[in-house]
Amino acid sequence: MAAESYPDDLRYNEEHDWARIADGEATLGITWHAQDALGELVHYEPPEEGAAIQKGVSYGEAESVKAVSDLIAPLSGEVVDVNGKVVEAPEIVNEDPYGEGWLIRIRLSEPAEVDSLMDVEAYKKLVAEK
Amino acid sequence: MSQLSLTDRDREAMLAAVGVSSVEELFKDIPERVRFDRQLDLEPALSEPELVAHLAELAARNVDTGKELSFLGAGMYDHYVPAVVDAVLSRGEFLTAYTPYQPELSQGILQAIFEYQTAICELTGMDVSNASGYDGATVAADACFVAKHATSGSKIVLCEAVNPQVRQVVKTYAPGFELEVVEVPHRDGVTDPGEVAAASRDAAAVIFQQPNFLGCLEPAPELAAAANEAGALPVAHVDPLSLGVLEAPGNYGCALAIGEGQGAGNSISYGGPHYGFIAARSDLIRRMPGRIVGETTDVDGERGYVLTLQTREQHIRREKATSNITTNQTLLALGGLVYLCWLGPQGLREIGETCLSLAAYAKERLGLPPAFERPTFKEFAVRLDRPAREVIARAREVGVHPGYALGRDYEGMDDALLVCVTEKRTPAEIDRLAEVLAA
Amino acid sequence: MKLIFERSQAGRRASTLPRHDLPVPEVPRELRRAQPPRLPELSEPELVRHFSALAARTFGIDTGFYPLGSCTMKHNPRVNERVVNLPGFRDLHPLQEADGAQGALELMWRLQEILVEISGLHACSLQPAAGSQGELTGLMLMRAYFADRAEERDTVITADTAHGTNPASVTMAGYKLRKVGTDARGNLDLDDLRAKVDERTAGLMLTNPSTLGLFDERIEEVAAIFHDAGALLYYDGANLNAVCGISRPGDMGFDIVHINLHKTFSQPHGGGGPGGGPIVVRETLAPFLPVPAVVRDGERFRLDFDRPKSIGKVRGYTGPFGVFVRSYAYIRSYGPALRQMSEVAVLNANYLLARLRGAYEVPFDRLCMHEFVVSARNLKRAHGVTALDVAKRLMDYGFHPPTIYFPLIVPEALMIEPTETEAKETLDAFAEAMLEIARDAAERRDLLKEAPHGRVVKRLDEVKAARRAIVRYGFERHPDLSQEPSEPRALEVQKGA
Repeated sequence: MAAESYPDDLRYNEEHDWARIADGEATLGITWHAQDALGELVHYEPPEEGAAIQKGVSYGEAESVKAVSDLIAPLSGEVVDVNGKVVEAPEIVNEDPYGEGWLIRIRLSEPAEVDSLMDVEAYKKLVAEK
Repeated sequence: MSQLSLTDRDREAMLAAVGVSSVEELFKDIPERVRFDRQLDLEPALSEPELVAHLAELAARNVDTGKELSFLGAGMYDHYVPAVVDAVLSRGEFLTAYTPYQPELSQGILQAIFEYQTAICELTGMDVSNASGYDGATVAADACFVAKHATSGSKIVLCEAVNPQVRQVVKTYAPGFELEVVEVPHRDGVTDPGEVAAASRDAAAVIFQQPNFLGCLEPAPELAAAANEAGALPVAHVDPLSLGVLEAPGNYGCALAIGEGQGAGNSISYGGPHYGFIAARSDLIRRMPGRIVGETTDVDGERGYVLTLQTREQHIRREKATSNITTNQTLLALGGLVYLCWLGPQGLREIGETCLSLAAYAKERLGLPPAFERPTFKEFAVRLDRPAREVIARAREVGVHPGYALGRDYEGMDDALLVCVTEKRTPAEIDRLAEVLAA
Repeated sequence: MKLIFERSQAGRRASTLPRHDLPVPEVPRELRRAQPPRLPELSEPELVRHFSALAARTFGIDTGFYPLGSCTMKHNPRVNERVVNLPGFRDLHPLQEADGAQGALELMWRLQEILVEISGLHACSLQPAAGSQGELTGLMLMRAYFADRAEERDTVITADTAHGTNPASVTMAGYKLRKVGTDARGNLDLDDLRAKVDERTAGLMLTNPSTLGLFDERIEEVAAIFHDAGALLYYDGANLNAVCGISRPGDMGFDIVHINLHKTFSQPHGGGGPGGGPIVVRETLAPFLPVPAVVRDGERFRLDFDRPKSIGKVRGYTGPFGVFVRSYAYIRSYGPALRQMSEVAVLNANYLLARLRGAYEVPFDRLCMHEFVVSARNLKRAHGVTALDVAKRLMDYGFHPPTIYFPLIVPEALMIEPTETEAKETLDAFAEAMLEIARDAAERRDLLKEAPHGRVVKRLDEVKAARRAIVRYGFERHPDLSQEPSEPRALEVQKGA
């Protein structure tokens, strides 16, 4: 299991999802805090490539043995890539939530939505309040 | 009261420990106006011998299969239940345990469920089975819920030759699932794959029965193919005791195999409790309803079994669960496992062959016009020259129950009688039926 | 221990079957079984040994104390097993004509009448196969009732203490879910409730006493809120064992009730079932009940299918009849003294609670009903010992653990239901064990963390089970999981109910 960390180049939502934004695209995943609360992941139910996902709405599910968590899209867009490695071995998310454990990549349909997401300081504050 | 273990002295000591002066005081949180202020209006208590006598008197007023020569089937079958089934099910550990939430204390029942799941998978040719459903009708509703989530379909195609009990239950459940039910009629006793294909557009599932309720063998592989082609899940409702001689649904492309387990190891018991089975292709495992047991190990690498994939279930996923089922039919399913192990592959095949041969003998001896010119298994329908209900009433007067009046469920079939022949019937008994029907 | 499939030896068999010298008709080739199923091949003695060994590895009420909260694990009288096996019941076909089933129909009719009296309502259907199916049936009745009145209502409210079956049933019935909170005394939060009930509300599902083991002191107000809004109240009868003959759901204001025959009326739980979940309703809902109902015409009884407003059939044939026989026999053995059953269940629970208070936190500390919830949070804070550890250690004393991690609103919950059939000595021994475990949490923590001791397996790796999902034997391709590393990753999630 990875050590607690929150990279400062990412943006976050209140549901503990992160987004790495570059060139009109975003890579999405769940934070260290989210994977820690869930425990070891045993299943990842991804969206289909090409699907349109909407900010604030569930695009998939992550499951441990004891809980199921909806994956809440921090941003809207079209799914351009699904991390097949995580589908095969979901525990990768526990080991490396911000690297190998990314979940999907989307092409942003509403790039302005980025402004509504938290930066790392705001997110750290949210986690500290938990 | 024989079921209570406290003495008067115990009561006093316990009330004192709680800090109340009477049992009445324990209920002080119940508002005065909702307290029940009289005695329950129930008949006086019966001692154990009186209780047995009372129930024996009620039981004696029933005409069971031991009192009547019965050819009545229609989904509930008078197959032999071996003594080992009774012996295993009367073990207090199995009888009085509950759902194995604590695996260290429950390895026996967990392993038994794992073995049951394996036996059902082998029987049906599927990849995964749950620990049981309520009965052969509710598992069809379960299959609809699986299909609703696994496909984008908005309706269920239900073949008219499926047991009417099953069809009625599906129709009760479907509105809550927001699924429309479309029925496909039988054509001369069987379902037409072309009609199924036409009806299957936008369907979540196609449910057919093999052998069907009318006794006929369906063109099951073609029905499954029609469903698959339309993107609907083919669901076969099968008789477990036919699967030694009839092909397994998993081997002709079905997504789900369901059925009533009663004939395999449970007494008829006026309709229940029995077990329903539901088995699926591996890709549907996370859509399955109810308990599933999985294999794992402990720290020492010792093999063990646990309830697994519990995130599907109501206690974790709550309103998004794959089903609301909690209590299932484990004890009856255990009876099914013991029965299938008692039979073994050879016994299963023999029982199927015996049913086939006795039914063929019966068709010939009865000499009545068949309702349908089709291959059958252990049941077949014949036409009579009078309403079947009359014939049944007359035959019962001389101690023979000749079968089921299909007019109860199918229009224009008042003169059709569905005759069931299990391995318990003998050629001599069939001769007797022929004699009674000819009279 | 070997799986029965691993004991199989080709050529053995346990069954003997009648054979006749008759030709076997050919099954059309495309419908014929190509490969036989790999069922195990054993002789009868091997078969009996195998299942006896499995029984010996299973803990039932017959084995010992089983205070699994919310499941009402009371003794199952053996006379009920005798009567259910009378041939007139056991070998009766459900499609037998009514004149050949008068005894069975009378028994069902009598049970309907008894359940009507116990619940304080008006009409009963024995059809639902278990509590959760009773819930679903009740919700279907709500839907049919409002459709009949041309009212559009789409929401059902459940408590945050509810069994997971309640919200799951709400979804299966096609309703939307709203949750209501619990107040500081463990009652429904009335302010929250008032804010959530409106003209779209179809009803409330509530367990009373609640899963906290507490009777809702303001149940009359709760009922008024719903009835004033034209909505219905559904009583989840999981905890009826607390109040038989003491307070009736109908008198509390409920309109629909399900009764768990396997809990309150002692159908053996069978390792997970069968159960029975009859529902009883107010007159206004009677026309919608599932078919068939048993009716009496003079001295005769029959199944009635002619109910044009009925929601239809919820299971096949005539219902779980064997369950009816046992529960009928159970109630007849008590007669009007059924009230004593509930009185002693409540006394036993309060006595145990009194003995445990102090060693465990009591989140809602008042008199309990037939069960109560304590928390091991104090042990977790001070020593890192969890409810799971307490549960596993109880096994070392020969007890089945209580329900844990439920209800969800209590952290480190232990939900304890002793039932009325236990002797004071048993309750004392259990209390002593719980107190000793609390003491050992401080000084012998490892003893708890490594528990249970001396069982056939240690704590199992549930993560591996979920990840690999080996749910059937794979014969020659069966994986050897012992070669993969495992950790004792037991689930800290609710078990029970």
